Amino acid sequence: MREKIREFIKSNFNVFSDDLDFADDENIFQKGFVDSLFALKLVNFLESEFSIRMRNEDLDIKNFQCVDSMVSFVEARLQEVGES
Amino acid sequence: MNESVIKCVVWDLDDTIWTGILLEDGDVMLKPRISDVLETLDNRGILNSIASRNDFDAAKGKLEEFGIDHFFLFPQINWNAKSFSIEKIREKVNIGYDAMMFIDDQPFEREEVSSVHREVWCVDSGRYLDIAEHPRLKPSYVTGDSRMRRLMILDDLVRQAEEEESALPRQEFLRGLGMNLDVSDAGEDDLLRAEELTYRTNQLNATGERYSVEDLKKLRLSDRHKILICELEDRFGKYGKIGLAVIELSPGGWLLKLLLFSCRVMSRGVGTVLLTLLRSEARNRKVKLEAEFRHTGRNRMMYVAYKFAGFREAAELGDGKMLLDNDLSEIPPLPDHMNIVTNVRWS
Repeated sequence: MREKIREFIKSNFNVFSDDLDFADDENIFQKGFVDSLFALKLVNFLESEFSIRMRNEDLDIKNFQCVDSMVSFVEARLQEVGES
Repeated sequence: MNESVIKCVVWDLDDTIWTGILLEDGDVMLKPRISDVLETLDNRGILNSIASRNDFDAAKGKLEEFGIDHFFLFPQINWNAKSFSIEKIREKVNIGYDAMMFIDDQPFEREEVSSVHREVWCVDSGRYLDIAEHPRLKPSYVTGDSRMRRLMILDDLVRQAEEEESALPRQEFLRGLGMNLDVSDAGEDDLLRAEELTYRTNQLNATGERYSVEDLKKLRLSDRHKILICELEDRFGKYGKIGLAVIELSPGGWLLKLLLFSCRVMSRGVGTVLLTLLRSEARNRKVKLEAEFRHTGRNRMMYVAYKFAGFREAAELGDGKMLLDNDLSEIPPLPDHMNIVTNVRWS
């Protein structure tokens, strides 16, 4: 999951031009300029890749600011689905 | 009955644009006054396209011979089902099916399209001289931006081709566009275009609300409101006036009543730039910043744009509308790939 998310960010984020390296706990929103098209693509990617549906309250920047937070958010959602 | 405006008319060719069947008769004749109809629609900013089961080269040659080929964007001349051709056109123009009209002489083709895309308005080509008079194809006014629509879409195609071919990282590509964004207080002569934007924009409209010129005139003259208009251009040409914000001012803060952008600038980051500008300005002036939002089923991107710009749901306003607020912290820097000029008087 971590690798898939990293891969998606690398190929879609418009900030890392020459330096494609970023740490899993690095805030991508502070790395540069995040436009809403990227944001929506990211949301759609996470939903379809991991078969989860984001609720409005999930669309909080805190869930998306770094690879770590996306992984833990998706894991939490997957666990919820498993339990219900 | 769906009464949304028609933004694109998709034409059949044989026995619709011309009399006769091209591959059988060869010497088909253009229907009387058909080029006048095409030109009238084009001048109103309504796009023309083609869904024809025909040989591409033969049909293209005939359209050129008649001197009407330039009117048609994304012509689909092939042997596919017309519902599929219409799907292709819709994708390329990026509009809703309810904004499309399909005109064909064959009941079979109209039914085939209707059965797949219920919202497309299918019309018998016998009525081709009347369609320009129908209210759904008659905007009450035509702005400079609407007259230029086809040409601006052609500029977009050049941009897209270059973007797809470009081996540069996206950031470098955007920098190479030399984008210039102008954010200004709307003038009296911007209001027609502003109204048009509220009627044409669905995906990037934060509340789905429409404003008439009269509404906008009152707001522009009111001390308690502000109307901002955004205009974008790059080295390929002008995108025109593509963004609009209506802000209600009170002593304690600003309320974004409306925020919308043309879908043509979806991948240019203009929305996030404007939100960033407003957040910085509000923070500098020590006023609250709030926004109204309504889920319309089509505008999820605007919700994401607000949420990723640090807005949070603060209250339900009823009628499906919600109030968002912003703590004005962690405001990101403006992108360095866009030159931004602001011409706004805040007090």
